[in-house]
Amino acid sequence: MDESRRSFLEKAGKTALGLGWGLPLLNTACSEAGEHEHHIPLRSDNQWAMVIDVEKCQSEEIRRACIDSCNVAHNVPNIPDEGDDIAWIWEEEYKHVFPEQVHDHTPASVGDMPIMVLCNHCTNPPCVRVCPTQATWKRETDGIVMMDMHRCIGCRYCMAACPYGSRSFNWRDPRPFIETDADGNLPTDYPSRTKGVVEKCNFCAERVRVGELPACVEAANAVEGGEGALTFGDLTDPNSEVSQLLHDNHTISRRVGLGTGPNVYYII
Amino acid sequence: MLQEAIRGGRGYWTLVAFWGVLILIGMGTWGYQLSEGLHITGMNQDITWGIYIAQLTFMVGIAASAVMVVLPYYLHDYKAFGKMVIIGEGLAVSSVLMCMLFVFVDLGQPARGANIILHPSPNSVMFSDMLVLSGYLGLNLVIGAVTFEAERKGAPPPKWVKPLIFLSIPWAVSIHTVTAFLYSGLEARTFWMTAILAPRFLASAFATGPSLLILLALILRRFTTFDAGKVAIQKLAMIVAYAVAINLFFLLVELFTVLYSSMPHHTDAFRYMFFGLEGNNTLAPLMWIGQIIGVFCLIALWVPKARANETFLAVLAVGVILSLWLEKGVGLVVIGFIPAPLGQVTEYVPTLPEAVITIGVYAIGFMLLTIFYKIIVTVRDRLGPA
Repeated sequence: MDESRRSFLEKAGKTALGLGWGLPLLNTACSEAGEHEHHIPLRSDNQWAMVIDVEKCQSEEIRRACIDSCNVAHNVPNIPDEGDDIAWIWEEEYKHVFPEQVHDHTPASVGDMPIMVLCNHCTNPPCVRVCPTQATWKRETDGIVMMDMHRCIGCRYCMAACPYGSRSFNWRDPRPFIETDADGNLPTDYPSRTKGVVEKCNFCAERVRVGELPACVEAANAVEGGEGALTFGDLTDPNSEVSQLLHDNHTISRRVGLGTGPNVYYII
Repeated sequence: MLQEAIRGGRGYWTLVAFWGVLILIGMGTWGYQLSEGLHITGMNQDITWGIYIAQLTFMVGIAASAVMVVLPYYLHDYKAFGKMVIIGEGLAVSSVLMCMLFVFVDLGQPARGANIILHPSPNSVMFSDMLVLSGYLGLNLVIGAVTFEAERKGAPPPKWVKPLIFLSIPWAVSIHTVTAFLYSGLEARTFWMTAILAPRFLASAFATGPSLLILLALILRRFTTFDAGKVAIQKLAMIVAYAVAINLFFLLVELFTVLYSSMPHHTDAFRYMFFGLEGNNTLAPLMWIGQIIGVFCLIALWVPKARANETFLAVLAVGVILSLWLEKGVGLVVIGFIPAPLGQVTEYVPTLPEAVITIGVYAIGFMLLTIFYKIIVTVRDRLGPA
């Protein structure tokens, strides 16, 4: 990571931390003052959520930007053997993402439509329920389903339990498969993982902590026409952008019948 | 008593050495897996459990089946099982150890295995499974050692062991029930999410375990002075006959629900099981072979004359074990992952290192069993005919 970016993050972090101790009012005031266009509160009392605009995500450039930014932000390896590859956010066909929404007469143009998928940070996460070491847990403050890579024993019970296939196991040492710069440095200082542990999307907990939007959201916004392809915010705040989108649009989420309560929503 | 383990003839040491060699090869291969990561197995991001966890499932059944000799002997005072009980308990102890080892070799970070105890998670069925398995191991070790020591001294077993014996009966049922709950509580996996899973596990356990006991009793009689008795073996054969029938009945009940309702996400896994999906049908022939052998054994076991012939009974016992091993130790776990949550049909075939490690774990169990049975036979020999 270059120095200017690091110091920017540091500043952003400190600013955000300072705001966190202050009054929420002050926090809002600052964001309204235009410090960040998408400034988000440090803490959600309950639940972060994401709304994905499927229409906007039909642009391959936007999808690529989301996926690449995530891979870079979290040092996600690119393993050629598909059976071993790790994915935090990726694309799947509509018919596989929403199997209950397709029928015999669904046109291929809909069924084969690419959809961005990631961990749903469920309200009632089955992975958390089954983990024998509490290496994965639902964070009370903001509802992010977290992963402790140092506690995970690699039993993969969470992968059997996840109805969304959102988790990846490090079948091998991922480090040789992370693209490094000329000096052999990893893209970011997000901790790389060891073999034998499970990982998944963390809703960019490390970025949200310092008041930044998740990498994928930021990346999509940066692409022309990608503004609002992915929206991130506090579901418990009725005035948040995500709450507004959910209020104004017809949205669906994945396999709701299972009762897991996914917190990633799709505007079809 | 334990010193008998290190005093033995040529046959005993050859057998111990044989297991020893398999164990060493298995451990070496496990070391390789440890340094390379689990990518050397046939598992992948879609099929995250393979032959290791399948063997855990199968062997929990063998462990639980000790109750099939313990219960008649202690609850119904069925004397014919008198000699058999300790054989069953020895099998239970070694099988539970194998179960734990199968989980251990499956872990991505085995060095952190203690985290299960350091961060107890009562809501995790894997945590509960570990608890009940450890408890069952302890119960059988204590009961087996104490009752056998009493037998050696020619005294009745101490009174305090009786409640433990009674406790071990429901406990045996619990270990296989909890192991079934590992699977049947997952909304993500329709193939496993059925209330009949625990009953099916128990039925297949009470078929395979006693089948293995029949084989072990016949082997012991052939090569040692130990004779479990014709009556005991025939009674076990009867138990197997019932259990195989009940197991098949449970499977048919499941098949009815799945096929009659014909909900796609229910039928897909069964279609993969017997016919394959999207051209992927690696397991289908094995599943058919398993079911055909199973039905043949079921019919033969219910022919009194066939059952009474001990040579043929041995063949049937092998058939039952093979059939249910294919059903539970091969098919059940893997098929639960097919198709994957996002519709992919990926297949799984264990790799050579995976197979060698599996054999290594089995060898540890069988070495232990060999040692147990050596002690039992030698001590009983010295006691003279009962």
